[in-house]
Amino acid sequence: MTTGYGLIAGPGGRVLQPRGDWTVLLLGSVTTDLDAELHRSGKADRLDLAQLGRVDLSGAYVLSRAVKSATACDGTHSDFTRLARLVPDALSACSLAPASLPLPMFERIGRCVARTGAEAYLSLAFVGRLVEAFAVAIRHPHRFRLTPLFAVVEQAGIDAIPIVMTMTFFIGAVIALVGANMLSDLGVTVFTVELVGIAILREFGVVVAAILLAGRSASAFAAEIGSMKMDQEVDAMGVMGIDRFDALVLPRVLASLLILPVLTFCADIGGLAGGILVSWATLGIHPVFFLQRTLEMVTLTQFWLGMVKAPFLAVVISVAGCRHGLTVGTDVAGLGRAVTAAVVQSIFMIILFDAVFEVIFRELGL
Amino acid sequence: MSDDPVCSIRIRNLRNVFGAAVVHDGLDLDVRAGEILGVVGSSGSGKTVLLNAILGLRPPDGGTIEIFGENIRAAGAQAMIKRRIGVLFQSAALFSALTVQENVEAPFREQASLPAHVVRDLAALKISLAGLPNDTGAMMPAALSGGMRKRAGIARAIALDPELVLLDEPTSGLDPAGAGAFDDLIRTLHEALGFTVFLITHDLDTLHAICDRVAVLADRKIIAVASVAELERSEDPWIKGYFRGRRGRAAQARDAARDTPNAEAG
Repeated sequence: MTTGYGLIAGPGGRVLQPRGDWTVLLLGSVTTDLDAELHRSGKADRLDLAQLGRVDLSGAYVLSRAVKSATACDGTHSDFTRLARLVPDALSACSLAPASLPLPMFERIGRCVARTGAEAYLSLAFVGRLVEAFAVAIRHPHRFRLTPLFAVVEQAGIDAIPIVMTMTFFIGAVIALVGANMLSDLGVTVFTVELVGIAILREFGVVVAAILLAGRSASAFAAEIGSMKMDQEVDAMGVMGIDRFDALVLPRVLASLLILPVLTFCADIGGLAGGILVSWATLGIHPVFFLQRTLEMVTLTQFWLGMVKAPFLAVVISVAGCRHGLTVGTDVAGLGRAVTAAVVQSIFMIILFDAVFEVIFRELGL
Repeated sequence: MSDDPVCSIRIRNLRNVFGAAVVHDGLDLDVRAGEILGVVGSSGSGKTVLLNAILGLRPPDGGTIEIFGENIRAAGAQAMIKRRIGVLFQSAALFSALTVQENVEAPFREQASLPAHVVRDLAALKISLAGLPNDTGAMMPAALSGGMRKRAGIARAIALDPELVLLDEPTSGLDPAGAGAFDDLIRTLHEALGFTVFLITHDLDTLHAICDRVAVLADRKIIAVASVAELERSEDPWIKGYFRGRRGRAAQARDAARDTPNAEAG
């Protein structure tokens, strides 16, 4: 018999007669119909179980909700009687917590500001702990962990050189192309050399290398340390007396410090190569002339102005990665949030620091 | 088809191989409808592999598994399994991005087509049947203790009123009091909802307290299926070591102590 019901008016009031099996997977449409009907005419007075087939707890729940009292039954059905007994107790015991409403706008803004302040404070505190760990490491150099340092240097540094050089090669080429068009209108195409040289050496080389380090390595730091935190590896270290800054943070920060200048150098070479190629092909500027003019007009100062930012950006990136990794708790969603926050924060800080450096350089007249 | 209609699970000649390691070879097991069957075996004897084979998560390398008389490799059988079986995995496997309430609602949303308010009420009903306090529904799984997480897992496992519930080490990681309470919960739900239980455990107290029969997995097959009392009299060296070791005797003593006041009260 298919699942259904009848609702008839009898001498003792309206009687609900369920037919067929009332199990959870068969209840869909019949519940909707029954709900609509009861909504119009109110609950039934009695329940006639004579034609009820199999029933499970969901079926018993729907049926006992449809009558004024689940004990007002005609006929017997041992499963229904047993299951219906569970329903009222359980339902009276549970009251649903109200769904959390979206926060009002001002509260959200306030919370956001407070969170940003807390982030800034925590970052500073983290850097403080890092400096302390660094001082300890200098006093006890034999305790310093070289293996993780070189592992990070290889993974985050050496492996990243091809992609960094490729990226800046194209950036150098694009700058030369765009610049050549505008400068040839003015008849000073030779200034393309200065344009490419200054843009790559002073800005793009270091910023592109840093953004790549943030994308490839800050995320990896956060994910590695975060999953170690989830598996209680970090706690196990603490119990053994291994300082988490010594073991996890310091090698990564120092490795970043070592590799970002190298990556920046490679990025500079890639960018200049792109500029040289485009200048030669479209403007007929010979590579030797390009390099000579770069040395004379752009000078090594521009190179060093770019290079001096690298250590600062390296610390900012690796600190953001490690710190967010250590904030991971026990849930998977927290790990995802930490990795996202590490990448977003480090890229944001790269741009911010770059701007601050330019303001300083300008004041110094460089 | 099965010649014995009251079997929920019927395993014949099961063989599971990982590379060179043969985990199961010629394994036979019947789980009768309505019983609580415990499966014991030493660590690494392939209890969880057996569970995964029953669930169809790992195709066996040989042999047949029938659930409710249907071969699980047959076309359409997997859909049947998903509707009629509830599972509690060892670490509860709650969806970490959803609240407890949403976790329990998930099977309804996937399989049944009930109105939203009925789903909400039924999920709340299952959560309270699992013995969780009222406000648990709104909590995230990460905020729950180990015992509460297992209870939330049970609430999700029984969401669709399954006829067969598979439990993988339900009391592991719980303190003795919590484990005892969880045993009582399984028994209560078993009596109230009438499902069959296939239960993998290391916990001798659980075996004593709730299992009708116990299957012993050793030497790549089920070497015995019997009640705890019968197994305790067995002369097989492995079974003897398991049930009559120091821990086994302690569990036996606790079981006897637990039964005595009940007998007086009844």
